[in-house]
Amino acid sequence: MTAPLLQLRDLRVHFRTGRGGLFRRRRILEAVGGVSFDIHRGEVLGLVGESGSGKSTIGRTLTRLERPTGGEAIFEGTDILALTARAFRPLRRRIQMIFQDPFASLNPRLTIEQTLAEPLFIHRLARDRSEARDMIAETLELVGMDPDAMKRHPHEFSGGQRQRIGIARVMIVKPRLVIADEPVSALDVSIQAQVLNLIKKLQRESGVSMLFISHDLGVVRYISDRIAVMRRGKIVEIGDRNRIFDSPRHDYTRRLLASIPRLPPAPN
Amino acid sequence: MALLEVRDLGLAIAAGGRLLPVVRGISFAVEENETLGIVGESGCGKSLTALAIMGLLEDTAIRITGGSIRFEGRELLTMAPAERRALMGNRMAIVFQEPMTSLNPVYRVGDQIVEVLRQHRDLSTSEARERTLRLLEMVQVPEPEQRVHSYPHQLSGGQRQRVMIAMAIACDPRLLIADEPTTALDVTVQKEILELLQDLQKRMGSAIVLISHDLGVIAETCDRVAVMYRGTIVEEATAGELFANVAHPYTRGLLASIPPADRDVEWLEAIPGRVPAVDQEIPGCAFHPRCPFVRDLCRTARPEGRDFAPGHSIRCHFPREWRT
Ligand SMILES: Nc1ncnc2c1ncn2[C@@H]1O[C@H](COP(=O)(O)OP(=O)(O)OP(=O)(O)O)[C@@H](O)[C@H]1O
Ligand SMILES: Nc1ncnc2c1ncn2[C@@H]1O[C@H](COP(=O)(O)OP(=O)(O)OP(=O)(O)O)[C@@H](O)[C@H]1O
Ligand code: SF4
Ligand SMILES: [Mg+2]
Ligand SMILES: [Mg+2]
Repeated sequence: MTAPLLQLRDLRVHFRTGRGGLFRRRRILEAVGGVSFDIHRGEVLGLVGESGSGKSTIGRTLTRLERPTGGEAIFEGTDILALTARAFRPLRRRIQMIFQDPFASLNPRLTIEQTLAEPLFIHRLARDRSEARDMIAETLELVGMDPDAMKRHPHEFSGGQRQRIGIARVMIVKPRLVIADEPVSALDVSIQAQVLNLIKKLQRESGVSMLFISHDLGVVRYISDRIAVMRRGKIVEIGDRNRIFDSPRHDYTRRLLASIPRLPPAPN
Repeated sequence: MALLEVRDLGLAIAAGGRLLPVVRGISFAVEENETLGIVGESGCGKSLTALAIMGLLEDTAIRITGGSIRFEGRELLTMAPAERRALMGNRMAIVFQEPMTSLNPVYRVGDQIVEVLRQHRDLSTSEARERTLRLLEMVQVPEPEQRVHSYPHQLSGGQRQRVMIAMAIACDPRLLIADEPTTALDVTVQKEILELLQDLQKRMGSAIVLISHDLGVIAETCDRVAVMYRGTIVEEATAGELFANVAHPYTRGLLASIPPADRDVEWLEAIPGRVPAVDQEIPGCAFHPRCPFVRDLCRTARPEGRDFAPGHSIRCHFPREWRT
């Protein structure tokens, strides 16, 4: 059996809060209190749970936007949390993040071509502009957009299209692990369905692994192989998608499933 | 008399000397004790309609091109600005779609709620602080005594949203517009927040306008539902009637797009195509380029609103074609 792509072991992240103010009291807040899980190659792990339970913090720590207080993240054999910024640089390309708000994560001044060329040059994936342009055209087509989109700026696109561009920017560098934090929650359901179909298709074709964070349990069920449920900085339950939905073991998971708003059954 | 009555409201974006229509003459009313749900595609004008009702379009590129908005029987569009400001946050309040842009990043969240209370209620600082803590408890912010001292960026997405809700209900508004109030929340907190809004409604007889992409949330909380597409209401009915008897192809497409939580599906049935840009004029029915039931008439004639069933109105030449 092959080793998992990522082995997260006892991750802990603490924040300082309450500095100054009326009480002048410093407090340490435990955002992630010892979280362990594996993500296998080609696997999608869904991460759901209480809001404020530390889901985004885990994603941000894995992309090194946040510093952990303790724990290991063994990615392809190396603990990426222990690396210096310099030693991490060659690995950066392999772990990519898709954000909730595609607009905030795209530079409004750059054309789509410039936006997508940037990572290609940073990671030395393209030798020159014409090679970059070919790769960009190919990737835009992959995400269902006209290559003509290259010449335009982010504000000329709808939310769904911007999210496709966000996905293109991630996929163009051929990552091994994608962390998607609420990637479709700003989209309306008709566009959301298009983007979800796209993510599933690209994931299957490329074999990339994913950590998929969402509050929408239908979305998580649609996209994930396994699901982890978090509460107060800890995983309360992790398991196969259908096992979690069909026979939840933890009381919190049961409450979560019972709270899903339901549509009346369709008459036809 | 309805608490809120919107008639033929038109909104347009001023761009390059032109006015691009975005909200194209919509009408709806909300009674006391009633919850109206508004759904519709991204960019169809839901949030702008909410901002127009709240009088928050000043200093934007959005112009009101016609219509009327009456609140408690009084016309808002001609009311003196000072009088209107006194209503805002007090008798009518809004939960904004983006808490990060509507909370002030440089003030602690507790102080922001205290400020709202002091503006509209004759409370001492310590009374306002007490009430702020109670409000944060009501919206289930954990450890409110600690959280009042946080700046917005120190809260998780869901915590910020709850602070916004606490601020909106601080003065027990008669009309509450909640624009995607629970999208950043987990479903258990979502459920509690929706129940909290319903409590407020029972206590105050408030009218609620709930804007949401989540049709499950709409089905569970709303008395009536209006479905918008490209600046018009294309279908409106009581929630029971709408979900039992969907008649507009767009509404049907929305329902089909939802990933179900109670079973596995391989692919989702998405509505093909995309929402046309605001500056693109579409002849006939605005949905026709994406509609699976389109016929020649749809490409040339704009469908007028009409009754499909009692209390169920629709804008479509060929409703419920999928039955035949
Ligand atoms: N920069 C920060 N400073 C202080 N506290 C923080 C900071 N960022 C996050 N936190 C706290 O850490 C906890 C976990 O936050 P996180 O954003 O990871 O939650 P989440 O599970 O993603 O929640 P949501 O579902 O609401 O997005 C929260 O209590 C939050 O207030
Ligand atoms: N301040 C503004 N200036 C110019 N155009 C705007 C402004 N605000 C919104 N618009 C445009 O007006 C249209 C309607 O926007 P609105 O925010 O009402 O959409 P919405 O229905 O709330 O969408 P969503 O579901 O994505 O929130 C959109 O095309 C939007 O791009
Ligand atoms: S009017 Fe025609 S195109 Fe428009 S929704 Fe009805 S059937 Fe479809
Ligand atoms: Mg988060
Ligand atoms: Mg909106």
